[in-house]
Amino acid sequence: MKMEFDIRGMDFTRAGEASARIKKALQMVGMKVETIKKTVIVAYEAELNVVIHARQGTMKVRVCPDRVELTVVDEGPGIPDISLALQEGYSTAPPHIREMGFGAGMGLPNIKRCSDELEIESEVGTGTILKAVIINHPDGDSNV
Amino acid sequence: MSEFIHSVKLDREKCKGCTNCIKHCPTEAIRVREGRAIIIEEICIDCGECIRICPNRAKLAITDPLERLHDYRHTIALPAPSLYAQFSAGIMPRHIISALLALGFSDVFEVAVGAEAVSLFLNDFLNQRPHPKPMISSACPAVVRLMQVRFPSLLDQIVPVDTPMEIAARMARERAAGEHGLKDEDIGVFFVTPCPAKVTAVKQPFGNRSYVDGTISMVSIYGELLSRLDAPAISPARRLSTARGVGWGKTGGENRAIKGRSLLAVDGIHNVINLLEEIERGGLQDIDYIEAQACTGGCIGGPLVPQNPYVSRVRMENLLKELAAAEENELPAFPEDPAYYMLPNNITPRPVHKLSDNIDEAISMLEAVENIAADLPGLDCGSCGSPTCRALAEDIVRGFAETSYCVFKLREKLQLLAREIVDLSLLQPPAMGRERGKEEFKK
Repeated sequence: MKMEFDIRGMDFTRAGEASARIKKALQMVGMKVETIKKTVIVAYEAELNVVIHARQGTMKVRVCPDRVELTVVDEGPGIPDISLALQEGYSTAPPHIREMGFGAGMGLPNIKRCSDELEIESEVGTGTILKAVIINHPDGDSNV
Repeated sequence: MSEFIHSVKLDREKCKGCTNCIKHCPTEAIRVREGRAIIIEEICIDCGECIRICPNRAKLAITDPLERLHDYRHTIALPAPSLYAQFSAGIMPRHIISALLALGFSDVFEVAVGAEAVSLFLNDFLNQRPHPKPMISSACPAVVRLMQVRFPSLLDQIVPVDTPMEIAARMARERAAGEHGLKDEDIGVFFVTPCPAKVTAVKQPFGNRSYVDGTISMVSIYGELLSRLDAPAISPARRLSTARGVGWGKTGGENRAIKGRSLLAVDGIHNVINLLEEIERGGLQDIDYIEAQACTGGCIGGPLVPQNPYVSRVRMENLLKELAAAEENELPAFPEDPAYYMLPNNITPRPVHKLSDNIDEAISMLEAVENIAADLPGLDCGSCGSPTCRALAEDIVRGFAETSYCVFKLREKLQLLAREIVDLSLLQPPAMGRERGKEEFKK
């Protein structure tokens, strides 16, 4: 089962739409609450990264019984130092984005915290490919 | 489905099968089938949006009639703070309490007093206990049900505190038992409610038990109260709730009573949904507490209130000014034991609308939903009786609908069929000679 979403740079009004759709789909499938919670955060932060930094991108979602795989490919500036970008509070967002309350340097750290597997490939001046996997643990329901 | 008790019901005689309600339901819990609305019990949260929107008045809230007062030796009315905002200027809570007594209740206990006690407890709770941020109010039952259905991952952020209604009911019962030596079963506590969600919260309480025995719809006794406002006044010595408690009847009142910190108030069910989505994405961690109410304006905007909510907002604001001027510094002795206020159990998710219990099957069904949805026109017109094209796709996959329910799909099919009929009509059997039609029609 696959879903695909187009993301456009600077389109803040639509940011969050993809993660809302993904959440609904995962609920209908009956994924664990914990899996859905983590996936929503990863999808939203990844979507937002494209909106803030890139010209455009796509997010592909693959839903399997035991896992959710997210692949986000963008055309953008790329990340020169990935390990630096994964540090909390490190941000390259311009001031006007920070004034909107975004770009606090928590995007990638949040993605890392909520993913079970994470792979980032980036080429400066070309773009970034982010692959995240969230495992649907059978006992992953904190609320039930 | 007896598992779910609801107070919002359909009047089958009045329902015309129009599609107004399905488009406004925040959980997409209504379908129109066979010319009438059907409420899907598993996902209805009793918010009452459909009661508000129905042009034929075919959606009802099931509340108790006043005759139920005869079932008890001692009856106590529990007026919601929003009741105080339903009357003209100059009518004060004490007049309304007198009118309730004249209507036949043995006693009145203000929910606003329960709200004062809960405010104080919440203040301590937020100050002294470690908790995730933001915490979300438990006061609006429609919001809590919404979260059980659509936001299960946020349930542990709801304050595990009982509502002012329950706390007031418990205090009222204990007072009646103490003062009159009554047995618990002789006491009937009736909440005067602005909304159907509270009715359900009494019948199917979040705390697995309710101290309230029945609910009386505000609008159903409004006329009776109006004619009794000149009833003999209650004793001036009686302590009445202050603005701290009464303010809970409108948006912002709860936060005003809790004071300090970083508090956010949101009202209107669709605004609440947007905000909860933001919290779910990891946002708003700088906020301590969220007062969330399903109705615009708060409880004064409930589906069962008689007054226009914008008028009652002004009335409420004026009343609060007067009450605040007289606000006492010392509060009555409220119970101090935290257990008195805490919910005895966790609020658990309600089974969401899963496609199948088998996850493999559910995934292939989801795929089918996506494919059908991509093929539907995407106009979300509602003529099929499902609220959106996606919802129709889901209904088709679940076996509750067919593609031909879509008027556009049906038309497409008819066009194909019509073309085929024309084509067929042009074919002549060889016995009738040449196939003349083709040339003539092609001109």
